[in-house]
Amino acid sequence: MGTKRTLEVELSTTGLSPDGKPQRVPLVVGGDGGAVALEAPPAMEPEFEGEHMLINIGPQHPATHGVLRLVLELDGETVVRCIPHVGYLHCGFEKIGEYRQYNQIVPWTDREDYLNSIGNNCAFALGAERIFGIEITERCKVLRVIAMELSRIASHLVWLGTTCIDIGAFTPFLWSFQERENIYNLLEGWVGARLTTSATRVGGMAADIPDKWLEGLQGFIRTFPKTIDECERMLTKNAIWVGRTVGLGVMSPVEAVNYGLSGPMVRASGVAYDVRKDFPYLDYETYDFDVPVGSAGDVYDRFLVRVEEMRQSIRILDQAVKRLPDGPVNVDDVRIILPPKSKATSEMESMIHHFKNVMEGPRPPAGECYVAVESPKGEKGYYMVSDGTSKPSRWRIRPPSFVNLSAIPKMVEGHLLSDVIAINASIDIVMGEIDR
Amino acid sequence: MGLSDADLAGHGAATELVRFDARPGEAWVTTKLDFLVNWGRANSLWPMPFGTACCAIEMMASFASKYDLARFGMERMAFSPRQSDVLICAGRVPYKLAPIIRRIWQQMTQPKWSISMGACASTGGMFDNYAVVQGIDTIIPVDVYVPGCPPRPEGLIYGIMMLQKKIMNERNAQQGIRDEMSPDPTSKLYIPASRIDELSEPFGNSVHQTRSAP
Amino acid sequence: MSPSFTIVHPGTGSNATPVTPKNVPVSGGPVSPTAEAVGAQFPGVISRTVVSRGETTIIVDGARVHDVILWLHDDAQQSYDYLSDVTAVEHRDLSLPLEVVWHLRSLRYRRFIRVKVLIAKGAPLEVPSVMDIYKGADWLERECYDMFGVKFAGHPDLRRILMWEQYKEGFPLRKDFPLRGRFSRSEQLKNALAANPEARYSMEELSIADAFEELPLDMRRRLSEGEKVGE
Repeated sequence: MGTKRTLEVELSTTGLSPDGKPQRVPLVVGGDGGAVALEAPPAMEPEFEGEHMLINIGPQHPATHGVLRLVLELDGETVVRCIPHVGYLHCGFEKIGEYRQYNQIVPWTDREDYLNSIGNNCAFALGAERIFGIEITERCKVLRVIAMELSRIASHLVWLGTTCIDIGAFTPFLWSFQERENIYNLLEGWVGARLTTSATRVGGMAADIPDKWLEGLQGFIRTFPKTIDECERMLTKNAIWVGRTVGLGVMSPVEAVNYGLSGPMVRASGVAYDVRKDFPYLDYETYDFDVPVGSAGDVYDRFLVRVEEMRQSIRILDQAVKRLPDGPVNVDDVRIILPPKSKATSEMESMIHHFKNVMEGPRPPAGECYVAVESPKGEKGYYMVSDGTSKPSRWRIRPPSFVNLSAIPKMVEGHLLSDVIAINASIDIVMGEIDR
Repeated sequence: MGLSDADLAGHGAATELVRFDARPGEAWVTTKLDFLVNWGRANSLWPMPFGTACCAIEMMASFASKYDLARFGMERMAFSPRQSDVLICAGRVPYKLAPIIRRIWQQMTQPKWSISMGACASTGGMFDNYAVVQGIDTIIPVDVYVPGCPPRPEGLIYGIMMLQKKIMNERNAQQGIRDEMSPDPTSKLYIPASRIDELSEPFGNSVHQTRSAP
Repeated sequence: MSPSFTIVHPGTGSNATPVTPKNVPVSGGPVSPTAEAVGAQFPGVISRTVVSRGETTIIVDGARVHDVILWLHDDAQQSYDYLSDVTAVEHRDLSLPLEVVWHLRSLRYRRFIRVKVLIAKGAPLEVPSVMDIYKGADWLERECYDMFGVKFAGHPDLRRILMWEQYKEGFPLRKDFPLRGRFSRSEQLKNALAANPEARYSMEELSIADAFEELPLDMRRRLSEGEKVGE
């Protein structure tokens, strides 16, 4: 069960010397502060003797990242069995999608995986455009790539911050939320909302980026890697961090694929499956970026993969800013796109056009499609079935963290109770998406 | 108590309510007990963050570096209901979660207050469907509603300041102010069923919102 | 750092570089070679092959869908090792059959196929479970059961997952289920609050820990009288 793995860790941390200069301070008394080899302990085999205890975590618990409930059967401190319960945040998204026109569904996509709102907007719009059979403009494609990568960084930052809190480090939470505020400011300048952006429409975006917005983004691209470096300096070789993450929740590549894991979960297990590379969308094949892959499939590797993904997202953002073409954002199709607001309030024809498009809604031809994107959590798919009316007759979300979480009984088996928290944090669940 | 109504109405009138009397060698502060107690309570609210959805992320942003709720005496996040003063319900509450939030509210000790953060917690918001409770005030009493979907951290902070104002106005001798809610033993509802149906009515012209096709 | 696993790269089975699909036709277009292969392996099992938005759908016989998916998973030329999704579709036109949908991916060949089973009106909503092939099907099938009432024969633990077990109103995603539910709001709230959060272990959970004997008397009595607890 436990992997034998030797890592270089520093048994020291940054601190101040007596004369006030920054230096490395040994964490262990008597340690020389240098690198030592640390071997992950093998996971314990449960002993099926003695009394077993039932422990309930959640649904309201700070370490379950929402309203997840885990029932654990413990032998001493070792988990013998884990029974997860979900559904405490089931809000009927899919049902309500059948009562809304395609453009009206966009606000719901914000709230389903709320760490990645603008990414979901883009993903939904991609699916709706496939259903309508329209091709978006080049500028819109690049803008969406920018939006999706920004939101990937934002989502991974929340993951980093909350996981650090779970494992016992508070500082990276403050750092990552500081950077999130920068992203919020960018999004606010673009679409007017911090979190629930509703940024896309079928066939384009709600708004083009304002003047000088790209300069702000370039500033973020310049400064953000520094924060990742700081977090890495704090964590990657930190003896406590390594000790609490290495060898936990191991999934082998075959298991990971069989369980349907996706995103950083499957990549940490050594399967280089990334929807952006393997089933590309938005011309991702023309961007130059790497897919980080882990080799041990444990919590530590998931951390490394996510941190590296943030760096790769910065690379993609950098390329996208450089290639952003001029031109219209929305497609030139009166059936789908609304007239400009100024015209709709001053010209009769435009007002009728606006009214018809809003009240009746554009109608796609009958058919169905499944469009998947690489969300920060994994393969996020939108499956839409149209019967020719303005509202989908079925709107299905393929939730990556739902499938990822379903493997938790396998992952926590044989580990200690305190490691359940670390493993659960490493899945990067977001209950809004799991329960929908 | 011997206090006039004018005294009791004076929230925020700290200069009038606290009188310093310093003499050589000794110092006196005279104030009203209500003011002192309320002042202490209002400025050391320990929140019980009941975060479920998007609002919880904005709540986390409020607790983080930029907005720093610790400035309001909310230094300590009490994840245990028994050691907390104010329940911040951030996010939508589906029916499956209704008994949980009720139980957490009952576990909290008096004095306690609650903030309903965001449109979904306050009214059900955009989720007018089979799964979501149409406002948590049908389950527990609510002191402050914070509008927004989700509210910005500034909105939450404003709501907290409103709550502080409300606490400053409390009269601790008033009958019933610290009474626990007593839900009906069979139905577990604490307000009449007809009132719940009325509160949960859809608002506005939502005919188009509930028509599936075309 | 010594790698424990060999890195698996998708797409080793094909030389084609994946590209973003452009100008996807609304219907029609190239049919996935998998459809033909399935037709050759299982004659007569495919009742229809549809291409919609560039994606191939094979509509297969419900009794043999397990065999088809098992073969798609095991055959080296197909290697559909990744189950994306299991769900169901009910159409607004209630005379149309209910569809159960499997979305499969082959990572080695970078292919995608949709397998469908139609369940005619009035026929029992039951299809075979694929959980013995894909472990990931566990929760997806439970969710499909919860939302549509489709039973997956062979699933070891087919319970409601999103709604609680005593949920009385039916299957929410069925078209005859009203958006706001069947009961009035106060009734819904009453039903929800009736669940005791502290007694919400299932009998299965209690028995694994031998905890039943240690429960308070009234709870033991209620459980032995057949009261269902748990989700």
